Amino acid sequence: MSDASSLTSETGQASALGAAATRVPRAGWHVGTVVAAHRETPNAARIDLDVEGWPGNAAGQHLDVRLTAPDGYTATRSYSIASSGPATRVVLAIDKLPDGEVSPFLVDEVRMGDMLEVHGPLGAFFVWRPAAGSNAGPDAARPVQLVAGGSGVVPLFAMARAHADADDPTPFRLLYSARTPADVYFADELQELAAASAPFRLDLVYTRRTPDGWPTQARRITREALAAAVIPADQRPIVYVCGSTGFVERVASWLIELGHDPGSIRTERFGGL
Amino acid sequence: MSFITRGFSGRSRERDDRLPPGQTLVHDFPVLSAGPTPEIDTAEWEFTIRTESGVHRWNWDEFMALDIDEVDTDIHCVTHWSKLGTTWRGVSLDTLFEDVETELDYVMAHSYGGYTTNVPLDELLDGKAWVAFEFDGEPLDPEHGGPARLLVPHLYFWKSAKWVRGLEMMDQDEPGFWEQNGYHLHGDPWKEERYW
Amino acid sequence: MQHFDGNVLAGPLAEFFSFDVTTATARCNGCGAVAELARAMVYMSPAGTVVRCATCDHVLATLVESGDRAWIGFSGVSAIEVRRG
Repeated sequence: MSDASSLTSETGQASALGAAATRVPRAGWHVGTVVAAHRETPNAARIDLDVEGWPGNAAGQHLDVRLTAPDGYTATRSYSIASSGPATRVVLAIDKLPDGEVSPFLVDEVRMGDMLEVHGPLGAFFVWRPAAGSNAGPDAARPVQLVAGGSGVVPLFAMARAHADADDPTPFRLLYSARTPADVYFADELQELAAASAPFRLDLVYTRRTPDGWPTQARRITREALAAAVIPADQRPIVYVCGSTGFVERVASWLIELGHDPGSIRTERFGGL
Repeated sequence: MSFITRGFSGRSRERDDRLPPGQTLVHDFPVLSAGPTPEIDTAEWEFTIRTESGVHRWNWDEFMALDIDEVDTDIHCVTHWSKLGTTWRGVSLDTLFEDVETELDYVMAHSYGGYTTNVPLDELLDGKAWVAFEFDGEPLDPEHGGPARLLVPHLYFWKSAKWVRGLEMMDQDEPGFWEQNGYHLHGDPWKEERYW
Repeated sequence: MQHFDGNVLAGPLAEFFSFDVTTATARCNGCGAVAELARAMVYMSPAGTVVRCATCDHVLATLVESGDRAWIGFSGVSAIEVRRG
């Protein structure tokens, strides 16, 4: 049976990795209304948008936000979506870049009731979907390893959330590197996921300051720490890595050294070192 | 559709009468990249001019022994920013072409890393262009095209090829990298020759 | 200089193609490597977007935009493979 014939809807996805069968809703320009805007960490804001006409999005997808000045000048940037599913409620979590043009505006200026132009949902490559019963393809039995650097956790959180919402039996692990405990995005939600019935293990690494009583010192992830935390290569996990360009490239090259097949590693770089 | 985002004005855009049409003044020096930054050691650096009859070559020491000009000029990027009164030191293309014989009228500039851009020869001579290695009193840093870049300030700055390694004479005005991909063959900022 | 990967192309190219180009695969004319465009190294600047092979840095594609015009070049690939969805 060909992959294409088993596919009619996004939730009936045959394989988490099968590019051949990936259906995503058509991207379009929409206007979202800010229904909530709060600080998520000292340097980041969570913005909930109600997007009229939003067709829903898969976990891992992103959207582009376009800001327009009165003289017509525009600036557009991509942001991963922290939510997934068919609803028109779209959750973003935005890290403020010190010399950014768009992120400082979104984090510091945007308030309830504001309207933002968004383009999406975008991206069919960096996506995870729950496997569905007898239509599950050959990749459905493979465990999933997520590796997040800082704000790179946003699309991976969306995947972990989708995994829990579907009560999906796939073993999931998230290795999440954050500067300090205050910099952890969705901290409470992540703890809930670790306690939920869908198998999910969370490993946190702090690079600048650890919580009281933490067994290790604050330090950047090393190849050894990565090897100790991630699902071993011989279990053939599908791996998603997201964070700054520097973080992603360090981690991806270590994973390949540890024996993971490059084709099984999907990466999304947020720029920067 | 004229959607305007409440509260957004972008970075300040300063105008000035001395600017070509469509330009705004900047005081920093934006870096535009099309690929990884080449890292070239001056010990390995070479500049060549290739004509129909042969190749002229200079290594870094030979290059530094040539007459060096102090240049004070305005530069204009097709992405709408301009800088006024930028200072450079470099070797004039007139000096480099002193002993070069060619019947051909067009030049393709080649850079380390593969970038190319085309310029008519007569737009590089008569005090119009340099191979520059110092900007604002300091050695040109790699992200701005160091160790040396072409400097052709009367045209849009994409013609001032970073990491220049040589010039190749051509009998026709063949498009270089950006010119193949949407940009104007000539690139005069005063006529706003930006795109095809 | 920072770069991204081909995931960022999804938005800019969505306006010109009816399918998600980032999952299309292409063979690099420079080194022969075959990969999804999402895996390519992408350099973005106001002058334009340059898509390079992750294996050999060869320019695969370019995108220049100005107002209501865009120029899309696929100079470094011989063809792109798209699967029926």
